[in-house]
Amino acid sequence: MNLWLTLAVNSIALGGLLFLLSSGFSLIFGLMRIPNLMHGSFFMLGAYLGVTLLARGYNFWVAALASTAALALIGGLIERLLLRRLGGDPLPQVLLTLGGAFIVADLCLMLWTGDPWQPGTPDHLRGVVEVAGLYFPLFRLVIVAVGLIVAIGLWLLVDWTRLGAKIRAGVDDAPIARVVGIKVSQLFTLVFALGAALAGFGGVMGAPYLSVYPGLDFEMLPLALIVVILGGTGSLLGALVGSFLIGFLYNFGQAMFPDLAYVILFLPMLVILVLRPQGLFGKVVS
Amino acid sequence: MRASTSQLAAGALTLALLVSLPLWIGNTYYINIASQILIWAILALGLNLLVGYAGLTSLGHAGLFAIGGYVAAMLLAAGYGHLLAVLVALLVTLLASVLFALLALRATGIGFLMITLAMGQILWGIAYRWASLTNGDNGIPVASRPAPFGLSLAPAPAFYYATLVVFLLALASMAVFVRSPFGASLAGTRDQARRMTALGYNVWLIRFLTILFSGFWSGVAGLLFIYYNQFISPQVVALTTSAEALLMVISGGSGTLLGPIVGAGIVVIMKNVVSAYIERWNLVLGVIFILIISFMPEGLVPGSVRIWRLARQALRGKRVADAQGAEQPEASR
Amino acid sequence: MTIKRRTVLAGMLASGASTVALRMPAVAQAAPFKIGLLTVKTGPLAQGGIQMEQGIAAFLKEKNNTLAGRKVELLVADTGGNPAGAKTKAQEVIERDKVNVILGPLAAFELLAITDYVRENATPLISLAAAEDVTQRKANPFVIRPSATSGQCSHVMGDYAAKELKLNRMATISDDFAFGHEQVSAFQRAFEDAGGKVVKKLWPPLVTPDYTPFIAQIGKVDGVFHGFAGSNPVKFMRSYADLGLKGKVSLLAGWTGMDDALLKSLGDEAVGVVSAAYYSATADTPSNHRFVAAMQKDYGVLPGGYAAGMYVAGQCVEAAIAALDAKADDRNALAEALHRVALTDTPRGAVKFDQYGNVIGEVFIRRCDKKDGQLVNTVIKTYQNVSQFWTYNEREFLGNPVYTRDYPPAKNLEN
Repeated sequence: MNLWLTLAVNSIALGGLLFLLSSGFSLIFGLMRIPNLMHGSFFMLGAYLGVTLLARGYNFWVAALASTAALALIGGLIERLLLRRLGGDPLPQVLLTLGGAFIVADLCLMLWTGDPWQPGTPDHLRGVVEVAGLYFPLFRLVIVAVGLIVAIGLWLLVDWTRLGAKIRAGVDDAPIARVVGIKVSQLFTLVFALGAALAGFGGVMGAPYLSVYPGLDFEMLPLALIVVILGGTGSLLGALVGSFLIGFLYNFGQAMFPDLAYVILFLPMLVILVLRPQGLFGKVVS
Repeated sequence: MRASTSQLAAGALTLALLVSLPLWIGNTYYINIASQILIWAILALGLNLLVGYAGLTSLGHAGLFAIGGYVAAMLLAAGYGHLLAVLVALLVTLLASVLFALLALRATGIGFLMITLAMGQILWGIAYRWASLTNGDNGIPVASRPAPFGLSLAPAPAFYYATLVVFLLALASMAVFVRSPFGASLAGTRDQARRMTALGYNVWLIRFLTILFSGFWSGVAGLLFIYYNQFISPQVVALTTSAEALLMVISGGSGTLLGPIVGAGIVVIMKNVVSAYIERWNLVLGVIFILIISFMPEGLVPGSVRIWRLARQALRGKRVADAQGAEQPEASR
Repeated sequence: MTIKRRTVLAGMLASGASTVALRMPAVAQAAPFKIGLLTVKTGPLAQGGIQMEQGIAAFLKEKNNTLAGRKVELLVADTGGNPAGAKTKAQEVIERDKVNVILGPLAAFELLAITDYVRENATPLISLAAAEDVTQRKANPFVIRPSATSGQCSHVMGDYAAKELKLNRMATISDDFAFGHEQVSAFQRAFEDAGGKVVKKLWPPLVTPDYTPFIAQIGKVDGVFHGFAGSNPVKFMRSYADLGLKGKVSLLAGWTGMDDALLKSLGDEAVGVVSAAYYSATADTPSNHRFVAAMQKDYGVLPGGYAAGMYVAGQCVEAAIAALDAKADDRNALAEALHRVALTDTPRGAVKFDQYGNVIGEVFIRRCDKKDGQLVNTVIKTYQNVSQFWTYNEREFLGNPVYTRDYPPAKNLEN
């Protein structure tokens, strides 16, 4: 009973973090039709920046927002200067993001060395919550709360603003959106920057929980992929549901079927891709 | 599409250089690098059949590369002979390619990419975690290289020649494939899939057979790989291997036969030779690829040809203009 | 916190070039003695790999690049942390650069990939990789290991846990690969032989973002032994503390689990953790004092097992060259001389090698304390002359299968 309860609560916590990671990926994939293979790198880079700021004594939220802003800038520049030159052809764009991932990984190694960094949980968020004799770190529940706040914020943006309407139009049918006068290229830059920012924010939130180290990028990237494929590209609801699903699958799978740990994670992805490529909540991609 | 005399001459010269390589390259270290380039070139050529000629990008080819290698390594470790191990491994690779094709062909474009990625990751997960089968991270050593017709492949030059023979066979078979009517129909499915279906071609079957052919040669490359290293471990099935194979194809030039070979050469030389001089070689590799993708997206080989032609045009145009003044219209190529 | 490796190495080489051999008689050897270092400088294993380079660089700098009167050249190759890369770089240093001895590689699976190759090419190799059989059932006469087998330190930990900490019921948790399996099996054997019971064994994959599902399964035990490597100990210990186990259930670690080099990445969650290691930065030998001071001055880091291991490797090479004098270029002779090395003053205390090439030396039991705001591993007990066979009969030990995930079988597991 203890085990299942701990696993369940942890699944929700992991789900919250995964949502921060994959919401950006889902937006980018949905609008620009490219699986951004640098997404894990953005997560890691945001985490490293956040940790550096924390080490200098800045407040946790200040550090998080500063990293988020930095990643938004970096993401925007990458899209504007590099991706846009490739003229919408998805394959070279995917490969460019792959090349970018290698570069970021090496840069991080150069700047932050190979040691792992794990900042302490911020003081005002420290503490444990006791439920039925089990201890659970408060910070992880905070991650869930933050994830939900971000989810609501994104939902408001996408469903209730003009910008969101334009994004949705771009996701549904980019050529027609252009025809009606929506500047899809600018949207691309914006969405890519937003995606990078979300990933970076997720990285900082996750740093006290997962720590930062070389290799974090390629550990988180497949998780983002799985969530988005499962939930459906371009759908925030899909990313939310997918994140929690994967959180549960990961925690219970690791505990119950350790030998098949990776198969359990990737098999649903494969099944969905083959049977229902648009995912649970996505729209059919023409 | 007949080759011009200059192309034939270039081909003959390259062949002569390749065959005589152990004599002029000096160190066994460099002979081994050449063997590695050829092995990866076979994989890249196989992948290119899908990427360049069929228009289907796969990020899971490391799985097909490795499954043959693992099966052979396991059989060899269990005491079976080389011939049996190789034949069984190729058979298993073909079966895996069938499964691969059946699942991946449910989609095209990015969907195909994601399905192949997922399959590659599943195979990696099995190699890595199902330790009772694959020995997990510790890998499986391969005790000896085969000795076909009594000639041991243990010394580097002997292995190089064996690899060269296999490579030339692969190249020849792919050239035949690409220039055949089947190859033409494959290009048709890449460029105009709907029209091909309307014309009565079975697009699915064409792609299916191509995947099998591609998978077969990937498996061959995998076998050469385990005999070269005399070791196999899960790292070879990881996403980075599939990604590097794709980078080889794209950087050299998909849709050409020479491109993947050049790409394989670049990646292997960068990883092995350059890393000795530059510490941050991963970064340099990433930068080079971004440059190629940005400025020569069709790849180095077609891109270089394009630049060469432009240069010749500019030169010839200048000469014509100089010789004949402004009156005559410029000769159009 | 950038490490100015380039400038240090450049300075080192410059100082080496202008040095004059002082006390050692000038040996009439023109060609420099070449050492090839196979390490990992990119990717997840880079942390240990960079340390290895720092350790040997510190040693060579101390000796002004001259060992026993012979000029030494260090070539560093990055294997990328994978077996194929290790093989290629081994070929590079052996065939192209013609080194006299190889130091490294880092990981066990890299060593396994090249062990046959170095034997065929008669090149001595000094590695820190813990693959047991390389100095046991498949002993390679060209390999010596100055660090420890996977089990060497965990045997000691198991013994100490039962006899001195009086722990009865323990759980083990470690990365699910050979290094983890071998450590845990050795711990279990020694612990149960001394009266304890291992009631739970957990095996998270090497790449695990979140250890919570595993920690949640620990159950009612007196203590937990962990053998995590690389950066995993940091994540694990934080989760362990976050989930409320710290202070309630004793935590013990293998040598990679509480390596001194990790201390700067750890926080309060590490206080009180007891570990067994072949090296401790607080070890009281003259060479260690010099070594730790040099590492802090040049790189601003506290050395851990990887750096110390390479320093000791350098000392072994020096001793072997001194013993052979003019014959140091004969690689077969060098391999034999390395096996015969016996030193008293190294950063890890006295070392010598058994007939299989594995070190016999001291193992330290340390406890992590906080002194003046810094984490320190204080040595609380030293076991002398620990071999890879612990107190077991050598012939019997080798007659048994190698330690794996399921051998020796765990007879006391619950649910």
